[in-house]
Amino acid sequence: MASVSAELDVRADFPILRRELDGKRLVYLDSSSTSQKPEQVLAALDDYYRNHNANIHRGVYPLAQEADALFEGARERIAAFTGGRPRTTIFTRNVTDAINLVAYSWARTNLAGGDAVLITEMEHHSNIVPWQLATQATGAALRYLDVDDAGMLSLEQLDAELARGDIRLVAVTHVSNVLGTINPVEEIVRRAHAAGALVLIDGAQAVPQMAVDVNGIGADFYAWTGHKALGPTGVGVLHADASLLEAMPPFLAGGDMIASVTRERSSWNELPWKFEAGTSMIAQAIGLGAAVDYLATLGMDRVRMHERELTAYALERLTELPGIRTFGPPSADDRGGVVSFALEGIHPHDVAELLGRENVCVRASHHCAQPLMAKLGVAATARASFGPYNVREDVDALVAAITKAQAVFA
Amino acid sequence: MDDLYRDFILEHYKRPRNFGELDPHDLDAHEYNPLCGDELGIQIRLADGRIEDLRFNGHGCAISQAAASIASEELIGMPADEAAALDADWMLELLGIDISATRRKCALLSLKVLRHALTGEGTWPVGAAD
Repeated sequence: MASVSAELDVRADFPILRRELDGKRLVYLDSSSTSQKPEQVLAALDDYYRNHNANIHRGVYPLAQEADALFEGARERIAAFTGGRPRTTIFTRNVTDAINLVAYSWARTNLAGGDAVLITEMEHHSNIVPWQLATQATGAALRYLDVDDAGMLSLEQLDAELARGDIRLVAVTHVSNVLGTINPVEEIVRRAHAAGALVLIDGAQAVPQMAVDVNGIGADFYAWTGHKALGPTGVGVLHADASLLEAMPPFLAGGDMIASVTRERSSWNELPWKFEAGTSMIAQAIGLGAAVDYLATLGMDRVRMHERELTAYALERLTELPGIRTFGPPSADDRGGVVSFALEGIHPHDVAELLGRENVCVRASHHCAQPLMAKLGVAATARASFGPYNVREDVDALVAAITKAQAVFA
Repeated sequence: MDDLYRDFILEHYKRPRNFGELDPHDLDAHEYNPLCGDELGIQIRLADGRIEDLRFNGHGCAISQAAASIASEELIGMPADEAAALDADWMLELLGIDISATRRKCALLSLKVLRHALTGEGTWPVGAAD
């Protein structure tokens, strides 16, 4: 069946891609770690600092009102981009910060002995360690859903866990940063809610590469981060249910999150500011606003199709190589733009070092997912991951660089 | 010729010396490289204050495995107190290759686990450049 090519070529928008190393062009295949930034985001950051810099929320002079409008305007567009509402779209530093907000403000006041939190074997450490600490602090149990040989979760196992009746929260990643698996989050939310459990979704890998509608998914908490979605570092997002946020105590306390303060006690600002203590990441939020504008212009369905095609091509080319093992679902339909792999006889660290000499940037690590590494029976993998600015020639460069690395270790 | 992946490094990586189990042994320790999750264990047998024999075990990259293998040949027969005092420069000179800052821990992991076994404390070795 002939398919319409979804191939994008937006390389010209990303100045860093013009960098060369010994005459070799930059082949950036580490977007799951952090994405590159388009000119439009860099311009928004520069414009804010050059022309509109002032603190927000208190200034009455015109400059402060401009900064305020830019910041809150970015929140509105960011919320709209993922189907959320501004009032329940909280700026955090990153996903780790967002999950810790829930683990401290919600979990520590709602969990007790006899309760359980259910996570999965494919979680990033940011969606494991906060739950280890929160369950230890409250006496609740922490249980895991398995990842099968195809890199998928089992809804039957989810049902069996929920049937035990003690699960208060299911915390699961939308897209795995190692396997690429796209999890059926709507179905997970439906089943968890039917069993009376809340759901938190780590959308760090999902929001940058596919259309996400947090309202449609219906999770109680949905976290993602700006720097993986073409935005600056230092700004993340937590979308959450309004009534839960109203009932939760503040996470961090201090300036900007209060309604009034007396010597003895304080009352809390309204949402979302109740959860945004201290001066916010103003420039970064404005930069992320420009990033979602850019992504919306490309169209997230087109970004998804582009990365799906790149992933399919990468899987096809990589599996032609001798001595390679790839991880995750076999079909690109079930996975995001990431391919983890292991080469026989060459440690991932050495793979990344040798590829780096060809100016091919891949990650070699446990990817902050050590329980998953243990399940896969490896200490680490090499990982190539894509952004909208990658093209098929980048996959060709990856394959050529791997072949060269294999020759060194032959 | 690659600066880092010289033949002798690759040779030690593929056929590491003194790897496996040492039974009986007097001291042992285990360390991790937080960068990549690599792990390296050591078992040491002492006689008259010297390292009579030792074995490394674990898995890691070419640099960490070759460094352990190369170091093992120097360490056998060395007085234990002298071995415990070896610094990063000793290891890097022994390897004789340029190590980038990010790979430094790969090269020094074997010395860290040796220190752990000998002194009970696994501290990262430092050198003149630190």
